[in-house]
Amino acid sequence: MKKNIRWKLLTSLAVFVIFFAVGVYPILAQRYHMPLPAWLAAKQLKLGLDLKGGVHLVLRVQTDDALRIHTTTTSEQLREALKTAGIAVTSISVDAPRSFQVQGVPPEKDAEFVRIADDKTATDYNRNAGAAGTYSFKMKDNVAITMAEQAVTQARETIDRRINELGVAEPNISLYGQSADQILVQLPGVNDVARAKEIIRNTAILELKIVEAGPAGSQEQLLQSYGGKVPDDMEVIQGSASSGDSSFYLMRKASAVTGTDLRNARPTIDENNRPAVGFSLTNEGARKFGKATSENIGRLLAIVLDHRVTSVATIQTKISDEGRITGSFTTDQVNDMSLILRTGALPAGLTYLEERVIGPSLGADSIRSGVTASLVGLLLVVGFMLIYYKLSGVNAVVALIFNLVILLGLMAYIDATMTLPGIAGFVLTMGIGVDSNVLIFERIKEELEAQRGVRQAINAGFSRVFLTLLDTHVASLISAAFLFQFGTGPIRGFAMTLVIGLISNLFTSTFVSKTLFEAVLGHRQSAALSI
Amino acid sequence: MQIFKTPHFDFLRWRWVAIGLSWLIIIAGIVVIKTKGMPLGVEFSGGTIVIVEFDQQPPDSSVVRNALERSMPGEGQNAVIQRYGPESARQYMIRVPDVGAEAGAGLSEKAEKITAALKAANIGSFKQAGTEIVGPAVGKDLRSKGQWAMGLSLLGILAYIAFRFQFSFAIGAVVATVHDLLVTFAFLAFFRYDLSLNVIAAILTVTGYSTNDTIVIFDRVRENIRSMRRDNMYDVVNRAVNQTLGRTVITAGTALLSAVALFLFGGEVLHGFAFTMIVGIVTGTYSSVFIAAAIAVIWQTWGKKPGKLAASVPTASAPATPKTRKPGRRRAS
Repeated sequence: MKKNIRWKLLTSLAVFVIFFAVGVYPILAQRYHMPLPAWLAAKQLKLGLDLKGGVHLVLRVQTDDALRIHTTTTSEQLREALKTAGIAVTSISVDAPRSFQVQGVPPEKDAEFVRIADDKTATDYNRNAGAAGTYSFKMKDNVAITMAEQAVTQARETIDRRINELGVAEPNISLYGQSADQILVQLPGVNDVARAKEIIRNTAILELKIVEAGPAGSQEQLLQSYGGKVPDDMEVIQGSASSGDSSFYLMRKASAVTGTDLRNARPTIDENNRPAVGFSLTNEGARKFGKATSENIGRLLAIVLDHRVTSVATIQTKISDEGRITGSFTTDQVNDMSLILRTGALPAGLTYLEERVIGPSLGADSIRSGVTASLVGLLLVVGFMLIYYKLSGVNAVVALIFNLVILLGLMAYIDATMTLPGIAGFVLTMGIGVDSNVLIFERIKEELEAQRGVRQAINAGFSRVFLTLLDTHVASLISAAFLFQFGTGPIRGFAMTLVIGLISNLFTSTFVSKTLFEAVLGHRQSAALSI
Repeated sequence: MQIFKTPHFDFLRWRWVAIGLSWLIIIAGIVVIKTKGMPLGVEFSGGTIVIVEFDQQPPDSSVVRNALERSMPGEGQNAVIQRYGPESARQYMIRVPDVGAEAGAGLSEKAEKITAALKAANIGSFKQAGTEIVGPAVGKDLRSKGQWAMGLSLLGILAYIAFRFQFSFAIGAVVATVHDLLVTFAFLAFFRYDLSLNVIAAILTVTGYSTNDTIVIFDRVRENIRSMRRDNMYDVVNRAVNQTLGRTVITAGTALLSAVALFLFGGEVLHGFAFTMIVGIVTGTYSSVFIAAAIAVIWQTWGKKPGKLAASVPTASAPATPKTRKPGRRRAS
């Protein structure tokens, strides 16, 4: 019997020491400059943005963009193939992100058209025949879903790379929400939201295109020799404001080289000593670029960034693997542009859904008041328990502190983040912990009144209340689980604290508290109980 | 020390009065919400919040409002302008109901306009301590998620209690929980606290907490049924409520101490949270004592003469208990 108690005491003590070391010691060590081993520091409890300050952004990836690009590319490939095969159609046009139309297929070439179309599109698109020589192509559902998912993943990775280049400590970039197209970006300690947004959102779709006509002062002027109409396979692109050139250019939709062919990009200067971006191409990109430039010597090459012409140069000679983007840029612009080109283009546009900036002073205020409130609450509860339950109250207080230490330790161990609602969860855990002790003590009192011995009263108190505790804790766990599953950000933090608190409380209030009673009673048979 | 020395209150006698009082509060709450609307936090309604911190003693709120009105005619009138945090923090919270264009990088346009307006008015140097800009799509998403979380956690509790106790108890517990939700919403509407994510967390805490109370009483009812086989349900329930009264009051009291500490010292962000906790703890305790058990008894005695109810509970938890159900009685559920 005595040996049994010793083991229980040792177990309790060991649990306490372990969780104290993980959860509480690092905080104290940092505050009072005590030695802190690296493996403990790595596990330290992390503060959420609301306490630490920083930028919190929720973005939506416009997955339709990615689908439209794929549809456009496919329709252009089909156009090329038809041209090679000598099939003249009236028009090929993209009418929605997921579909395009072909009109005026000559009846005598219908069979050949179908063969070529299936060859180019059948893997991703369903073909439907409409009235006389009209076909519509619609992207298959599973292809669209996969492609949208890929776009979101790729956008997340791109943002991740860009943030890393910025050098933010411990950023969090993750998929967010249930609609599967949202990305959460949390940048602790960052306050310059404008710059963060600029870097993240810049789509930076780079295209190098051969200019067919232009520059011209207006679109009408540009299209004069084309009968005022943009040819199907071409598009009009305007010069960008930053290049100081607002004239219009007509160029092919299909690019010679795009951003995916880039190997590297870095800031440099042009022949006039102005900041410029130098880039190099991959082997495949260099081959394509070499072919395009050698075929078009003497013509204009446009560098198009995000669908605006940033610079135009005459092709003097065959260029293969190196190039330069020039314009009237500042050094900062050049630095950002090369960072963005280097980290890859976003597959689709982004919009902001939510934007929060928590200044460092606001976060510090929140910590201070949260901790003050918790301590005052703790002191009030401890005072009450000691007055109302006298010496047994000490037992309850020990169990309560035990509970909080386990909670802190477990949270640090599983890398949970401490947020403001998390602190509220702490207060709630305190309440539940006290409730368990009150239930047990009240029951012990009742049993004592029924003229039982102290030991029997304690045993009866614990064993009868155990089922009640189990019921209340399981019910709370059920609601906490739903909170965790369906809640977002702060609510999840709260639910997490609650779940851990409930589990640790069940342990402290039934095991630790009872062990303490037994240890104090020792082998005495019927001592009076201070309760 | 003991608060109640073997209490013998007839709580169930007051059941109709209690239910009437609760309806009164709930209906008043519905009227207020219908006429004045439920105040929503920015994460649900969408909108722009800017928190500015003045370097010197800040100007009066009317000065801030005039400054906004001058640069943003019409919007300054309707903006919410409040002191934020304690006086010594020298902070103002400015809230307008809309955001910049959601497309592109324009979301923060309104926030930039607000700070520009304050700068232009030259009412003292300040810095931006924080911003919170939520587009309308997010609020919609959150609302539906919040409703799901609430609905499912209620169903979960219903299922658990039905499994551990019996169906009439589950009904009692769920009615009490819904009651707590409605009363808390009513008080939030009376005192015009914004419904924010933090407040939702508090409401869910409180419902869990109230379920705790209810389960403790039901647990005692279940235990009493075994020892009080000759008594009717009315007495068994009354006895259980009285036996657990000391615990109920002490627990509610200590939880209330923590909640009041949060309310007084928790800072601006936790204000709504703490208020909700205080209201919820009081109504949760009240509903456990007066509503939950009463509903269970009313459900069981429906269509029967009151007082004729035998104590019988088929327990899932203690299959070893001898069956006490009298032959010929219809199942309690």
